[in-house]
Amino acid sequence: MTVTENPTPMGFGRMHRKEDARFVRGKGNYVDDVNLPGMLHGSFLRSPYAHAKIVSIDTSAAEALPGVKAVITGAVLETLSLAWMPTLSYDTQAVLATDKVRFQNQEVAFVVADNHYIARDALELIEVEYEPLPVVADAKQALAPGAPVIRDDKEGKTDNHIFDWSAGDKEKTDAVFASSDVVVAEDILYPRVHPSPLETCGAVADFDKVTGKLTIYSTTQAPHAHRTVYALVAGLPEHKIRVISPDIGGGFGGKVGIYPGYVLAIVGSIVTGKPVKWMEDRNEHLTATAFARDYHMRGEIAATKDGKIRALRVDVLADHGAFNGTAQPTKFPAGFFHIFTGSYDLEAASCNVKGVYTNKAPGGVAYACSFRITEAAYLVERMIDVLAFELKMDPAELRMKNLLQPAQFPYTTPTGWEYDSGDYPKALRLAMDMVGYEKLRVEQAEKLQRGEYMGIGISFFTEGVGAGPRKHMDILGLGMADGAELRVHPTGKAVLRLSVQTQGQGHETTFAQIVAEELGISPDDIDVVHGDTDQTPFGLGTYGSRSTPVSGAATAIVARKVRDRARIVASAMLEVSPDDLEWEKGKFFVKGDPDQAKTIQEIAMAAHSSLELPEGVEGHLDATTVYNPPNLTYPFGAYICVVDVDPATGQVKVRRFIAVDDCGVRINPMIVEGQVHGGLADGIGMALMQLMAFDEDGNHLGASLMDYLLPTSLECPSWELGETVTPSPHHPIGAKGVGESATVGSPAAVVNAVLDALKPFGVRHADMPLTPSNVWRAAQGRPIRTDLAIQ
Amino acid sequence: MQITVTVNGESHTRDVEPRLLLVHFLRNDLGLTGTHWGCDTSNCGVCTVTLDGVPVKSCTVLAVMADGKQVGTVEGMERADGLDPVQQGFVQCHGLQCGFCTPGMMLTARCLLDKNPDPSEQEIREAISGQICRCTGYENIVRSVRWAAEHEAAAKAEVTS
Amino acid sequence: MQVPAAFEYAKATSVTQTLDLLAQWGEDARVIAGGHSLIPMMKLRLARPTALIDINDVDELSYIKVEGGELRIGALTRHAELLESALVEEHYRIFRDAERVIADPIVRNRGTVGGSLCQADPAEDLSAAFAAVGASVVIQGARGSRTVPLTEFHVGPYETVVEAGELLTEVRVPIRPGGGSAYVKVERRVGDWAVAAAGAALWTSSEGTVSNVGIGLAAVGAEHFRAAEAEVYLVGKPATEESFAEAGRIAAQHSNPVADQRGPVDYKRHLAGELTVRALRAAAARARGQEA
Repeated sequence: MTVTENPTPMGFGRMHRKEDARFVRGKGNYVDDVNLPGMLHGSFLRSPYAHAKIVSIDTSAAEALPGVKAVITGAVLETLSLAWMPTLSYDTQAVLATDKVRFQNQEVAFVVADNHYIARDALELIEVEYEPLPVVADAKQALAPGAPVIRDDKEGKTDNHIFDWSAGDKEKTDAVFASSDVVVAEDILYPRVHPSPLETCGAVADFDKVTGKLTIYSTTQAPHAHRTVYALVAGLPEHKIRVISPDIGGGFGGKVGIYPGYVLAIVGSIVTGKPVKWMEDRNEHLTATAFARDYHMRGEIAATKDGKIRALRVDVLADHGAFNGTAQPTKFPAGFFHIFTGSYDLEAASCNVKGVYTNKAPGGVAYACSFRITEAAYLVERMIDVLAFELKMDPAELRMKNLLQPAQFPYTTPTGWEYDSGDYPKALRLAMDMVGYEKLRVEQAEKLQRGEYMGIGISFFTEGVGAGPRKHMDILGLGMADGAELRVHPTGKAVLRLSVQTQGQGHETTFAQIVAEELGISPDDIDVVHGDTDQTPFGLGTYGSRSTPVSGAATAIVARKVRDRARIVASAMLEVSPDDLEWEKGKFFVKGDPDQAKTIQEIAMAAHSSLELPEGVEGHLDATTVYNPPNLTYPFGAYICVVDVDPATGQVKVRRFIAVDDCGVRINPMIVEGQVHGGLADGIGMALMQLMAFDEDGNHLGASLMDYLLPTSLECPSWELGETVTPSPHHPIGAKGVGESATVGSPAAVVNAVLDALKPFGVRHADMPLTPSNVWRAAQGRPIRTDLAIQ
Repeated sequence: MQITVTVNGESHTRDVEPRLLLVHFLRNDLGLTGTHWGCDTSNCGVCTVTLDGVPVKSCTVLAVMADGKQVGTVEGMERADGLDPVQQGFVQCHGLQCGFCTPGMMLTARCLLDKNPDPSEQEIREAISGQICRCTGYENIVRSVRWAAEHEAAAKAEVTS
Repeated sequence: MQVPAAFEYAKATSVTQTLDLLAQWGEDARVIAGGHSLIPMMKLRLARPTALIDINDVDELSYIKVEGGELRIGALTRHAELLESALVEEHYRIFRDAERVIADPIVRNRGTVGGSLCQADPAEDLSAAFAAVGASVVIQGARGSRTVPLTEFHVGPYETVVEAGELLTEVRVPIRPGGGSAYVKVERRVGDWAVAAAGAALWTSSEGTVSNVGIGLAAVGAEHFRAAEAEVYLVGKPATEESFAEAGRIAAQHSNPVADQRGPVDYKRHLAGELTVRALRAAAARARGQEA
């Protein structure tokens, strides 16, 4: 059966993915598929305690087990000055615990053995004596007097405070609050969640003693940044380090940072002289790699009696775990949280964020959050509904009344963001029309008469993606610009080399389409190379929805550079001035004489031939560029969720979900829609089931996929998508990012819908996740505190 | 102990420890890395293969249990005349992104269509409800399976007409 | 990935051989069929059997039949087979209700009826369903077999009366025409263990009073997975909403749930009552032939 229902477009359009051919045959190449000759296997011994002094470690029995090649402890790493490593937020993190363990499942020792089964057996033979210490499991107790000091490794540290950071004009905001008719406050928790891609983290390190070359295959979203960090931390020469990020089984932000396992695979390979593989299991992944959120927020909103919102004020307690390991631009310890004014026209806004250490895993920015815009969008969209509840206004009407208007763009927010473009009312109206909003409200009222509880939830979000301008944004001093290289071979086939790395977003297709659009070379004739630092130009990688806004722009620009050179070559071929040529996708022709034309393929051959070119013009059709974005791009969207709630059992059924997204120009609408679908499922998951809670001893209560619940096909409705297109004025092809839009925008829609259904019970707010028990309790007026063990 | 397992129609005899998991046997002993693993608790379903024609989670089956039995993996889906309609459906309808759950999803879909050539959207959702996908929100997986059902029906109609 | 510690292994093909192997290998050997509870526990190294006896090929334990006025279900019957059995559905619709919400379709292809009962998880759905229909189990040992009512089968969480060297071989459900049965469950997500669940089987007299009733409860700490006091209350009462509501109150009162991440005690106790009412309501409607 051969089917080509969707022919390859010469540029933008619904093109099937080039990468699918290998995936549907089971021929993907993920890190755990890498199998090198003589390869050994590493595994971690981890701490059962959340906070404990290490009294002693005895590895002798493990070392004696046949097949064990090395047992590495923190003491061994200390001799190499590798027991601690820098985090992406200028903190330090233990690679292997030396003095004490600071969260449950922290890495304590690393066994290298002939195979994975022996390595696991050896873990049981390591004896560690611990002296348990008091635990800080509740962020709200982190700064309490007498709280145990978690980071006593830091000289002079006497508490668990990390930072205070504020944005906006507090004085002005306070003044607006003082003069407002209505002020409403709400405590809102965005609980700790985990991106949990289906592929866990892992690495294969291969150190060649003879050449001094270190090759690392790893599950990384940022291979170049990792290479530089390895060079800086381990003192290895950067040109001798090659990071390969092969196929990645989902990232969602969890594969941005550097984990102890990557470092230990490298150390293991150096120590044994053999390649070493480390692949964590699911329990390790959930308990020790980057979590997301954990923001305890107090929001206050000020408005007039008739619903004109005037100001927002937010106080945040941010739980960063035992090491401040968040991955975000240096200047922004709370990420882009200060975009919390959302999509609304406010007079003033201010926030303060206080970061604290707790005895939990480090991380903080992961899971498709666009550097904490998830938390910001959730806060403002919840606060709007809280205000609507108090004003007894329809939440759609309240939003419509306060949305920014198209004429206000570019718009500078009270906290300093410059939104590039948007038509917000149009997107919200479209979503309302798609769902049949007014009719649904009638149905809701009728149902309530019969004792049936349905809810309609709205969320309107503005994202800020494509980090970012180098003068404002860097990670560990590395500016957030990305390179691209394009080579057009003599026969007109091309190779594009990118710094960003796909984890399923379809870069091999989308970026080929950008080149196709710019040069008129079929995407089938363009190979996209990525995920190998020896093969690609430097750049900071894929996260924060930055691939299209940054590398997409770089690709368009590098293709235009090639086109500019092609014009010169064509002018030599056609013996006319370059200015007399006109471009039509795929060819240059002489103005006024379309028959006098040279295709890009003919030009490519000529560029490599003996054709005489004008003085000062080099041959070939290759080009490189580095793109430093002038601003972020600001995609936005209007989401509406419809749920049916059974208050007697607390069960929630998502009946419909409408998502109108505006991400500017869509390169491949099929891929864009797929990205949105996935993010919407994330929203259902976070709003209704995904949760990492801890008991008072710091035990992780969501440490397997039995307890950390990810949504299945049966919790997800058939998504209904709509779109508006407002191009970004500063992006070369008018595109914005979209990878995280739905994850940012959807949780609030689901929560708002459930709470809308519970309105007859007088419920104004309850925290995520709205599990059956939490919904039932909320209807009783006693919602559950979801970040702790349920009592 | 020695076991003989027929994988995708080909017989393999190997010496294995009783504790070896079927997923490791396939991936490490036979080099069939199209079968992935994602959890330890049989919750995610990315390790799904067929055992005597029935989908099972190979992280929770011992290789020795497959002794003398037939195992099917993604590598065995392609037919002499090209991709299985299910594989085609996943390409046509963008039923995959990172590709990690895809082999298991496709095998379940194949088994579903063998039993029920014209499944409803709800029946498809139920059939794949033991398998997690983090990328697609399931929408396009459901469409991919429907695509396969429709094209298989059309192909059959063509043959009989 | 987590991997089990080493163990001995043998594949049995008959009950006799299984019992011989159990005798030979002693009390640290375990029987394995679906393995979906045991293998994860072994991977965590919380279970460390010295030997596994694989009964997946003991074909004589794989059947569903009617004999002696009873539905007889072999211990090796897979969840999927119980779900799809027309014979079971003809007599007791509670099993299709329950099986549809046990684990997921792929796990159901592998997991077995006997394994679920012997695992004796306090949230096990089949234990509650079988308790509701008055089932008994057949346990075979070297010295012969014994039949134990399900309400005497469980000794505590994860503990049953099956002793070392014994094998559960069959579940028997008395067939009593004219009744209706149903199962309802609240779960956090499809495929999760029950937050709480209730099953009911109900028979009424010609006057519309309850002549016989069984109520099973899962995950709420009900003794032997059964709401015995509610059953006693209902017999002889009219099969009405009022009676069911009172039965629910009694069931909730006698439940003894523990708090965990699925919910607090008050909620689970509430569900014990609410779901008892819903199960009775559905069972009664089916007994009257009124509801799907």
